[in-house]
Amino acid sequence: MKQEFTISLFTEDHIGILGQITIILTRRQINIDSVTASESAVTGVQLLTIVVITTDEMIQKVARQMEKLVDVMKVFVHTSDQIIYQEIALFKISTKGLMSGNVIDHIVRDHHARILEVSPEYIVLEKTGHKTEITELLAQLEPYGILQFARSGRVAITKQVKELNSYLKEMDEANRFKTEPTLN
Amino acid sequence: MKTEQEKEQATIEVNGQKHITGAEALLECLIEEGVDTIFGYPGGAIMPVYDKLMDYEDRLNHILTRHEQGAAHAAQAYAMVTGRPGICFATSGPGATNLVTGIANAFLDSVPVVFITAQVASSLIGTDAFQETDIIGVSMPITKWNCQVKKSHEIPDTIAKAFYIAKSGRPGPVLIDITKDAQLEKLNFKYKKCDYIRSYNPHIPLHTKAIESAAIMINHAERPLILAGHGILISGAEDELKAFAEKTGIPVASTLLGLSGFPSSHRLFTGMLGMHGNYGPNLLTNEADLIIAIGMRFDDRVTGNLKKYAKKATIIHIEIDEAEINKNVVVDVEINNDAKEALKYLIPLVKENSFEKWIREFRICDKTEYEKVIKPETIPEKGEIRMGEVVSRISEMTKGEAIIITDVGQNQMVAARYYKFNHPNSLVTSGGMGTMGFGLPAGLGAKIGRPDKQVITFVGDGGIQMTIQELGTIFQYNVPVKIIILNNNFLGMVRQWQDMFFDKRYASTELVNPDFVMISKAYSIPAKKVSKREDLNSSLQEMLASEGPYLLDIAIEKEGNVFPMVEPGASVSEIRLTY
Repeated sequence: MKQEFTISLFTEDHIGILGQITIILTRRQINIDSVTASESAVTGVQLLTIVVITTDEMIQKVARQMEKLVDVMKVFVHTSDQIIYQEIALFKISTKGLMSGNVIDHIVRDHHARILEVSPEYIVLEKTGHKTEITELLAQLEPYGILQFARSGRVAITKQVKELNSYLKEMDEANRFKTEPTLN
Repeated sequence: MKTEQEKEQATIEVNGQKHITGAEALLECLIEEGVDTIFGYPGGAIMPVYDKLMDYEDRLNHILTRHEQGAAHAAQAYAMVTGRPGICFATSGPGATNLVTGIANAFLDSVPVVFITAQVASSLIGTDAFQETDIIGVSMPITKWNCQVKKSHEIPDTIAKAFYIAKSGRPGPVLIDITKDAQLEKLNFKYKKCDYIRSYNPHIPLHTKAIESAAIMINHAERPLILAGHGILISGAEDELKAFAEKTGIPVASTLLGLSGFPSSHRLFTGMLGMHGNYGPNLLTNEADLIIAIGMRFDDRVTGNLKKYAKKATIIHIEIDEAEINKNVVVDVEINNDAKEALKYLIPLVKENSFEKWIREFRICDKTEYEKVIKPETIPEKGEIRMGEVVSRISEMTKGEAIIITDVGQNQMVAARYYKFNHPNSLVTSGGMGTMGFGLPAGLGAKIGRPDKQVITFVGDGGIQMTIQELGTIFQYNVPVKIIILNNNFLGMVRQWQDMFFDKRYASTELVNPDFVMISKAYSIPAKKVSKREDLNSSLQEMLASEGPYLLDIAIEKEGNVFPMVEPGASVSEIRLTY
């Protein structure tokens, strides 16, 4: 059965790494639902968060293929219940439309949105939350005339305790464990 | 007044570091890595490297092939027979794209080849400049790693990393793309071999618990079977495999690329797996209660229909590449380790045993296969010459001591089936990729790598014409490789499929061929045509006894089919012995 998975990849900050990763998904005909890329807490280590919908069996295979890439350090795969995640969306709405009545107040409060900017022509709202919540807000704002809408990919934090730093340390140690060269 | 030469000399050594161009640095790096042979082809963007190569003629032997694809295959074959990475040079644009088939071939068969391509000057990249292609993008899915170098000072570290990645773990091809300006720019040269990359760890600690549970299963099995793959040869585990099989008494079957990792004449050897493999190991895979797969990847040509594959067996998988475990076949015990290291730990844990009754089942299969397939193929009484007959005679005459190269198709399957290998790394073939045109350039690469060995290339009349220009390379360097064309004037394997699955509709498989003997002679390579059985032995002997290169064009049965065969989509146990 297909379900949503969040793949977190810690990689070297090299040109082309995203390309190498998407090739693996493309070959398996897996569509990327969302992707975010940024520097992780460790300087020089990139964190990619990719959301895909696929089967459990397939995600294990692609995760191993991703981890095999030379510039990928560690790959984690999580189902939605194993992570805390958010997306952010920005809405630019016509001020005229929204100011009729006191809707703006209600909408902002009900959705825990924030007003970032108000001008005579438009208002910019910010909403963080799950994709469904953002989609709901989008639907509610639609009648008032949305001038622009932009949403981010997912960012996620895992519930597990082990951190990347300890993996990096482990990898270092494993490398020191060299027994003998593999090729004669 | 200092002469120009003295001036240059003065700038060469600064603090023990040589001040040299990127092109020269590249060649110095190769020497540091122990390289002595390069296969390649020059062109505009790589000219600074080739210019410097003239100054290194005493240390670096450059083999100019007739096409970049030939250079790639030759470098791969060189790597396969020497155990050292192959090196291949090409220029930007078409030079680089001509390598693609060769890179993919090395990638699928896990062979370490370091490809060096030149790139247009960094200021021109992205502008669709003359002979510019994005070879980094093109080669991304078919290299283990690739990297573009735009600054000369990055060359030493990048090359060091490339060698480390190509050789370690599951080996594979790497590609370094060096811009023309980086080749010309000077740097202070210092080389340090790479032995550590933070994000890449090929040295996996032994999974001792998994190996221990595997040992228990092995000690309790009744019908165990070892499937030995290319990993045995790559990790140099031939002795360990032999010791393991002999101690446990477990029969051994080999994949195509695993051939020669275990002596063909060994009493525990049961033959080759897969579509055109032997009858016993295919049929009895589905009767085994335990499968010990070592350094192999359960390729679809080996497994046949996965839904009906080895259903009675518990499966132990020793494999260095974690991504191969549970990829095609779900296994019971994962041992993600180097084959040699895992076997070394495993051998003391298993008990001495023998499986005479189980092995007898293989021998019964062997007898059936011999009567129905092998005997008529290798000792036919009448009719035209058969492919199996030629390979068998060569096997007998060389006593299994030669290195065998094949092209792809019927010639390949027959060579793999009927040559009896005595020594590791004595089969060079295009397994995963199935690249027609591989045979001839691979033959020359292998012979350059192992001049002490008799190197014999089997090619079909189709495949040889895909890279026939490499006869020029063989001629120019007088490479004494022996070439046997198994000539049926057909693309034999495709014709066999048309025969079996497409109502004998031979669409575009019949060839009108040139006179191969005349072509060969045009290159001053002695050649002979054989069409009668009574001339076969003497011609083969004449070829083997000749000093230099030699080409034998053997007319073989026009519509011969290779059997046994596991039809596409069929189970290994549905293997067919006859048409």
